[in-house]
Amino acid sequence: MPPCCAGPGHSVRIAPTEDLTPKCQAEKVGWFTKTKESIVPSNLWTKCQKCEEAIYSKDLAKAAWVCPKCSHHFRISVHDRIELLLDERSWQELNAHIKTADPLKFHALTSYDERVKKAVQKTSANEAISTGLGTLEGFPLAVGIFNFDFMGGSMGSAVGEKIVRLVDEAIRLRRPLLIVSCSGGARMDEGVLSLMQMVKTSQAIARLSRERLPFLSMLTDPTTGGVTASFAMLGDVILAEPGALIGFAGPRVIEQTIKETLPEGFQRAEFLLETGLIDMIVSRKDCRATLAKLLRFFSAPAHHAPHAEGPSNGSDVSTAF
Amino acid sequence: METYSNLTPWQTTQLARHPRRPLTLDYIGNCFEDFVELRGGRQWPDDNSVVAGLALFHKEPVVVVGHQKGRDTKENIFRNFGMPHPEGYRKALRVMKLANKFRRPIITFIDTPGAYPGMEAEERGQAEAIARNIMEMTFLKVPIIVVVIGEGGSGGAVALGVGDAVLMLEHAIYSVISPEGCASILWRDPSKAEEAALALKLTARDLLELKVIDELIEEPLGGAHRDFHATASRVSAAIARHLEPLKELPSEELFQRRLEKYRRMGVYTEDLQ
Repeated sequence: MPPCCAGPGHSVRIAPTEDLTPKCQAEKVGWFTKTKESIVPSNLWTKCQKCEEAIYSKDLAKAAWVCPKCSHHFRISVHDRIELLLDERSWQELNAHIKTADPLKFHALTSYDERVKKAVQKTSANEAISTGLGTLEGFPLAVGIFNFDFMGGSMGSAVGEKIVRLVDEAIRLRRPLLIVSCSGGARMDEGVLSLMQMVKTSQAIARLSRERLPFLSMLTDPTTGGVTASFAMLGDVILAEPGALIGFAGPRVIEQTIKETLPEGFQRAEFLLETGLIDMIVSRKDCRATLAKLLRFFSAPAHHAPHAEGPSNGSDVSTAF
Repeated sequence: METYSNLTPWQTTQLARHPRRPLTLDYIGNCFEDFVELRGGRQWPDDNSVVAGLALFHKEPVVVVGHQKGRDTKENIFRNFGMPHPEGYRKALRVMKLANKFRRPIITFIDTPGAYPGMEAEERGQAEAIARNIMEMTFLKVPIIVVVIGEGGSGGAVALGVGDAVLMLEHAIYSVISPEGCASILWRDPSKAEEAALALKLTARDLLELKVIDELIEEPLGGAHRDFHATASRVSAAIARHLEPLKELPSEELFQRRLEKYRRMGVYTEDLQ
């Protein structure tokens, strides 16, 4: 089976990121049973998905959801990502009202409509990306953050439209663009319209590029399918979180095709860095400082050679010219 | 006659994959003259699942690019079943840039099950190659006509599929995922491909309704393979009809129209509640 731009080709792991309510913390722990389950109650402790260390959830949250033992980067919520990257109270969300429709009246085992309703309930968001404006170390930015909990961060018409409008704002306000991707790819339930969002969003990046505004693309675990094969790989600088799964075809699909088990670390960020597909891997604790450094570079006034004919019309941004 | 006017999407899928269905090189041989194939993306071994070259269309020089499947097992192994590696997209882009440099229109033929899901394809960055083609095709200053002749499989199709006019043969399909792939993910049962084909809305009539294509090219009774010459002449006429007005447009207008065309695609709601 050829790969597609749609759907999660990997197992979904959900990091227990929220709900550290006092009620949960006050729950009695059955120490006497000494079973793994009883030592790691649902929310007070979190087990690292990689090294299986039980970590006190409060400590984990303080460490930006990075395992203190093995540095595994847990998947984090949009809210946590904003807190991690942006200056306090600088986030201003845009177009949160844009919702997915059901253009195909799609029905598999359940209807698309029902699946969307469930995702909205689960995430309190209308779509798989939050877009907005904010500042990072004082640098104004247009920011998009994918929400994996919303149907695997998949890209349908609404996600595509939100990205395009975000780029509109970036151009209008002359701001750099940062998109933090976390997505299984194009959303199958919207069929070929989802596929066309690859074109729609890549063209938005083309416009941004012509305006000489930087696009910083940050890939987190996982970024696959039609998201990778469109705007996400078109960053002027592409950053990735350690260990993030990044690729076009999902590992399961590849294994089915070649009928072999993939080597350890295949399609992980470290592997992509080695093969020259991304610029750098940035750990969560360093990412804000790194982004600030990049923004300092891109925000400096442009150098104009004496023979340059005034402001550029962007005609040399693509080698296609 | 009724049989062919009432095909189910799954039957259409079978027809789109029919072993005797005309392939890209058949159209190149019939709708064009003096085809000169250009090979290689200049970085990796040549990818035989993509053909590209120079040709005359109605006596005028153009560039032609397309996915190429094989007709039998031997040919299909040589063509990798029409599933490109990244170097296939990069070859296509190299030749399309040649068209841009010498201001020749581009005609692309889409016929692929999809990008090849192998290790090498991932290692050499197939996601980047697809994304790059989408962006660069947007920037090209010459008219691009896209014709979906068989299977429009996902990202592998889109990588050659950005254009000013997208035409599609009546029994071709174009989809975000194969019916089999969709069935195995959403139904968890590959045998539900027939239902998935229906749900995905992947036929030319569906795509016309969803405003993803600009024209449906009707096929002769029984499908393109039953009367290839009739099919080729219809394809040729449709390309010419769309190409003529585009040739008059200044490149900046082409660029803006290309943006508007794709920006309109998608259905969403804006509920301010």
